[in-house]
Amino acid sequence: MAVTDLRRQPNLVQAIGERIIQIILLVAASISVLTTAGIVFSLLSETIAFFNEVSIVEFLTETEWTPLFATKKFGIWPLASATFLTSAIAMLVAVPLGLIAAIFLSEFASDRIRRTVKPLLEILAGIPTVVYGYFALTFLTPLLRGFIPELSIFNSLSAGIVMGVMLIPFVASLSEDALSAVPNSLREAAYGLGSTRFEVATLVVTPAAISGIVASIVLAFSRAVGETMIVAIAAGQNPRLTLDPTVPVMTMTSYIVQVSLGDTPYGTIEYYTLYAVGFTLFIFTFVLNIFSYWMVRKFREVYD
Amino acid sequence: MVMHDIARDNPNAIEARNMSVYYGSFRAVKSVSLAIEKNRITALIGPSGCGKSTVLRSFNRMNDLVPSARVEGEVLFHGENIYAPGVDPVNVRRRIGMVFQKPNPFPKSIYENVAYGPRINGWKLSKRQMDELVERSLRGAALWDEVKDKLNQNGLSLSGGQQQRLCIARALAVEPEVILMDEPCSALDPISTLKIEELMFELRKNYTIIIVTHNMQQASRASDYTAFFLMDSDRAGQLIEYGPTAQIFQNPKDERTEQYISGRFG
Repeated sequence: MAVTDLRRQPNLVQAIGERIIQIILLVAASISVLTTAGIVFSLLSETIAFFNEVSIVEFLTETEWTPLFATKKFGIWPLASATFLTSAIAMLVAVPLGLIAAIFLSEFASDRIRRTVKPLLEILAGIPTVVYGYFALTFLTPLLRGFIPELSIFNSLSAGIVMGVMLIPFVASLSEDALSAVPNSLREAAYGLGSTRFEVATLVVTPAAISGIVASIVLAFSRAVGETMIVAIAAGQNPRLTLDPTVPVMTMTSYIVQVSLGDTPYGTIEYYTLYAVGFTLFIFTFVLNIFSYWMVRKFREVYD
Repeated sequence: MVMHDIARDNPNAIEARNMSVYYGSFRAVKSVSLAIEKNRITALIGPSGCGKSTVLRSFNRMNDLVPSARVEGEVLFHGENIYAPGVDPVNVRRRIGMVFQKPNPFPKSIYENVAYGPRINGWKLSKRQMDELVERSLRGAALWDEVKDKLNQNGLSLSGGQQQRLCIARALAVEPEVILMDEPCSALDPISTLKIEELMFELRKNYTIIIVTHNMQQASRASDYTAFFLMDSDRAGQLIEYGPTAQIFQNPKDERTEQYISGRFG
């Protein structure tokens, strides 16, 4: 066979076909990037419009948020504190329960139990958040009032708890993946030194999976920060700077819902507040995601 | 658990009597009887799948970690059957340590790798006593001089051979009587292998060592006794011949042993 036979034979149809496929793939990949860029751009331009009227100093130092009232004040802290409060309560529920579930599934459960329980747990993640919201408002709050009589109808406590329940599968599922990825050789080493099962799980496997576990927690936290329906329904609509979990508060997302529902005219300061709040929220979750990315890279264990 | 030393001058560290190992209904090892002498290096050799690793792992109940595994017969340690009801495998493994095929240090500091065993076994040691134990263990594994200035570095930052010696130091720290080694040099280069073999001769003074190896030269130069395993027609591992290493390699009694060590199969 002559060497020239190895050369590619020009085949126009095939060449055009491959070119078209490449273009389709490029377009598909570009759409998500362009969408993100578009969102950032629109957020940014309207946010700049907002800060042309309200100083960034007021935004960051004022302690009241009353853009819909006659005397308008634009301090982000009442909204930010409510977001922080509900998210923190959610994490107090989701992290311990999710981690325990993950450690149980990965280190203690038999194959059969794991195969049954994990999908069940993931059903929790499939429940619409509006259902969780009404569950908090109409079931959990009345229940909690039995123990805490001064609890308001709308409060961050039950919204946070229910949000935490919603996040259990996130933490559990991702942490379980991280724990299962720890090589068996480490477990054997620990057993070989006379460790009990509990010691293997807590002293060897969990520390070895810590980067994945932290990533799952950060991811759950950024979900909590962005969660809208549950807090809008169950936490209230009263922007106030407090860390008291029993009173109504308004999170950043609840505010966006409230203003979006009404007939806020385009171009007014109320309209621009939407973008300022949205942009703050975006910065918040963006920083969290960067942080989790950094954590995973920094603490990732290389076993080989 | 109290282990009665019924025969203080019992020359054997471990003795298997009619030991069979099953994975589910599959019999992987068929009635092995084998007495391992104290303070000696015993090599288990044989072709792949002959059950030598399974036998080794039965000596400290590591097979318990395989859900379907089951052991019949007896394995005597200080005259007591480690498979008797009521025996806690955790206590067995504390006294019969193990070094694995692939170095598997914990993703912790060198110091913490060695200190792990004493800690989980609840030894109440002062900081100084622990420092001493760590140093003694690392010296015992011939690693101290290489790592004494970087005890806080991650164990995984060491080279493969150093990692394996760290694993040996980690096993020494709980002061076991027997150390099981499952092909400890198969992932190492020749120089690291030589170091581990020299180390085994050192360790023999204070410990009983049982080593599984694929490497015939290693068995012949680094062991006192050799046990040769082969699988039978049901694919169950069997002990074919057991004796002093020199005899097994120079003057085997069984024809199959002779064929194997002369490289005719396996």
